Amino acid sequence: MSTAMSPEPSRRILGETMQLTDDFFALFEMPRAFRIDPSELERRYHERQAQVHPDRFASAGDTERRLSLQWATRINEAYQTLRRPLSRAKYLLQLAQHDIASESNLAMPTDFLVEQMEWREAIAEARAAADHHGLEHLHHRLHHDLQERYGEVAALLDDRHDFAEAADRVRRLMFLEKLLFEIDEAIVVSEEQASG
Amino acid sequence: MALLQIAEPGESSAPHEHRLAVGIDLGTTNSLVATVRSGLAVVLSDELGRPLLPSVVRYLTDGSAEVGYEAQARQALDPRNTIVSVKRFMGRGLGDIAHRESLPYHFDDAPGMVRLLTAAGRKSPVEVSAEILRVLRLRAEAALAGPLLGAVITVPAYFDDAQRQATKDAARLAGLPVLRLLNEPTAAAIAYGLDNAAEGVYAVYDLGGGTFDISILRLSRGIFEVLATGGDSALGGDDFDQRIFCWIIEAARLKPLSVEDARMLLTRAREAKEYLTFHGSAPICARLDSGEAVDLTLSTEVFTEITRTLVAKTIQPVKKALRDAGLSVADVKGVVMVGGATRMPQIQRAVGEFFRQQPLNNLDPEKVVAIGAATQANLLAGNRVSGDDWLLLDVIPLSLGIETMGGLVEKIIPRNSTIPAARAQEFTTFRDGQTALAIHVVQGERELVSDCRSLARFELRGIPPMVAGAARIRVTFQVDADGLLSVTAREQTSGVEASTVVKPSYGLSDDEIAGMLKDSLLHVRDDAQRRALKEAQVEAQRLIEAVRSAIDADAELLSADELSRIQNELTRLQALSLSDSRRQIVLAMDDLEAETKAFASRRMDKSIRRAFAGRKIGELDSQLTAEKTGEAV
Repeated sequence: MSTAMSPEPSRRILGETMQLTDDFFALFEMPRAFRIDPSELERRYHERQAQVHPDRFASAGDTERRLSLQWATRINEAYQTLRRPLSRAKYLLQLAQHDIASESNLAMPTDFLVEQMEWREAIAEARAAADHHGLEHLHHRLHHDLQERYGEVAALLDDRHDFAEAADRVRRLMFLEKLLFEIDEAIVVSEEQASG
Repeated sequence: MALLQIAEPGESSAPHEHRLAVGIDLGTTNSLVATVRSGLAVVLSDELGRPLLPSVVRYLTDGSAEVGYEAQARQALDPRNTIVSVKRFMGRGLGDIAHRESLPYHFDDAPGMVRLLTAAGRKSPVEVSAEILRVLRLRAEAALAGPLLGAVITVPAYFDDAQRQATKDAARLAGLPVLRLLNEPTAAAIAYGLDNAAEGVYAVYDLGGGTFDISILRLSRGIFEVLATGGDSALGGDDFDQRIFCWIIEAARLKPLSVEDARMLLTRAREAKEYLTFHGSAPICARLDSGEAVDLTLSTEVFTEITRTLVAKTIQPVKKALRDAGLSVADVKGVVMVGGATRMPQIQRAVGEFFRQQPLNNLDPEKVVAIGAATQANLLAGNRVSGDDWLLLDVIPLSLGIETMGGLVEKIIPRNSTIPAARAQEFTTFRDGQTALAIHVVQGERELVSDCRSLARFELRGIPPMVAGAARIRVTFQVDADGLLSVTAREQTSGVEASTVVKPSYGLSDDEIAGMLKDSLLHVRDDAQRRALKEAQVEAQRLIEAVRSAIDADAELLSADELSRIQNELTRLQALSLSDSRRQIVLAMDDLEAETKAFASRRMDKSIRRAFAGRKIGELDSQLTAEKTGEAV
């Protein structure tokens, strides 16, 4: 099993028995890297799920039904984790023993916190004014910002292998993803108000 | 039971033998049963050629029940004992039931699920539904000339855990083995998708008699993937009838009605609604017991006006589901209309306006769910050949969580998670020396426990005394392919472990179900014991066949000793399978199962390995490509 973070093709010997405890990249036989081909991931996900899904074992015995449930659950969990960039980055850090929560520098730099406050004020204003257009604008701005930041995380994880710095960036991304979620919630509320 | 379908998933090990499986649409207003015959899904009709079975059950004083048209015809004469739209009561407490003051029944508030007091005694909605399922089972067995391997039963996608569990219990009570609970819009998507070789993102808008679902799916070759689902499990065609009913009372200035008159006027309301689908106005005439006469005309304009808010109530969940799927209206290639209530012109118009396209109505909205369910049942029974099958990936409609301090909900599995799914979360004690922890499982999207549905409460005991915050209690949620939840809790410090498993059952304990089973056997029209024996014989034959084909495919996974032990058990079961002792057959099946357990695991491993093999070259290529191009996040 590959343990390095290198983007080299996996050296796993095909035919070796897969284990439920294998890491998520190994389950899909993809290199352990942040940059992945999403359509390839999806293709492999479908392929594996087609083999193990409980629908394949609906009239089978208890042992197979239980095993199938465990495998299908695990493969769903693996796919959901690798599919989204934030959870994929967190997972890579976890595999590299860089737990983002236990890092010593949990405090965020002041400029980041100030930026956060500005975002929150902008959201609160738009929400209070039921400014649907303004909220959509905030959504696009933040979305664009996130794209850039994920690009930086990709370089840190895959090229420079600087996990400490990557962990710091990922912590910020967690804040920003939460902001994006709040904007989206506010958009839903403003839509509901608009349609009475 | 063992080892089936591993050699080639989905492929019948004995191609000539067709396993009898059906799909059942257990609807609020009407129910249907369908099966695949000669490769074609067909709805099975009753002896008079009628495909629908009205979901109406009338209880008689001798303890028996009339089901279907017979019961429907008498509902105005005997409204108290004639249960219509029982689906609305499934897994529901008295407080959950809308318009209960205008319903003619004697409700009995019971913890968990409401009960109905009838001429035949106190009935749970599960028992009423089981009466309907039993009639469909008998219809199918007569048509197919044999006991069923199992059924796929459809449920609204927006049904919560309590409603799903109640449906499964009803099937058990009716003597129907459940192959899978399938979401109604997903069933419709299968029927539509296979029929039209559809590819792309589709929305299924399903307005039934009492429930509303919206599902967004991505269809691609061989894969039906539900991206998001939403709805309202207490909104349907019934509510449109109710609006007309209220309009009649107001327009005709009627005094308070007897239950018989109310039931009759509700029927007139439904007839007017159906009439308006094809006409600009509907006459409503009735003579009441009180001597009053009703003579009104309801125009399409008035009908549209009085139901405007109901139509709007369906559009909100549509927006939410689209957003959850991360898609917009422009991404939706087609909108499949399901459920009799979608025939109403104002529904067609509202859906068309929202999606900016003509909704798809080319399948019978009343049959499409049963057809899809039968098609899926045929797949699950192993009647399809490999390569001619498909994969279904469905989701849970509502978030699952746990109560934490202050009555707040900690979500453990979010809505729209692909099933099967599991998530574990750690909790701790808040008092020094605390040795027990109460766990309250809830379902819903709100932050306060009081706004969510309570699914189950259980206690984890035997926690070793520690200071507050030192215990580590791992709570694991597992949702299976039926969308049903089980919860495990385990305390894991200093090697001490305590664990418990809870299967929520919503007021119906296993004992209660066993009691109901016994009661129902007193009234069965078929010989239960003979039936059970017949089923065991069929099961045994299936097991023998499955083990044999597994040995044919993978004998190399067994040592000579293991093989001979399995052969011995096979021979013994084969001999016993023709005997008259159900007990002996079941015991011999258990023995064979036990002997093949390790074999089954090895075959599963092999099957999983195969998912990885056979693509060595292509894989290296694609990884190199991925490396070069990188990924746009």
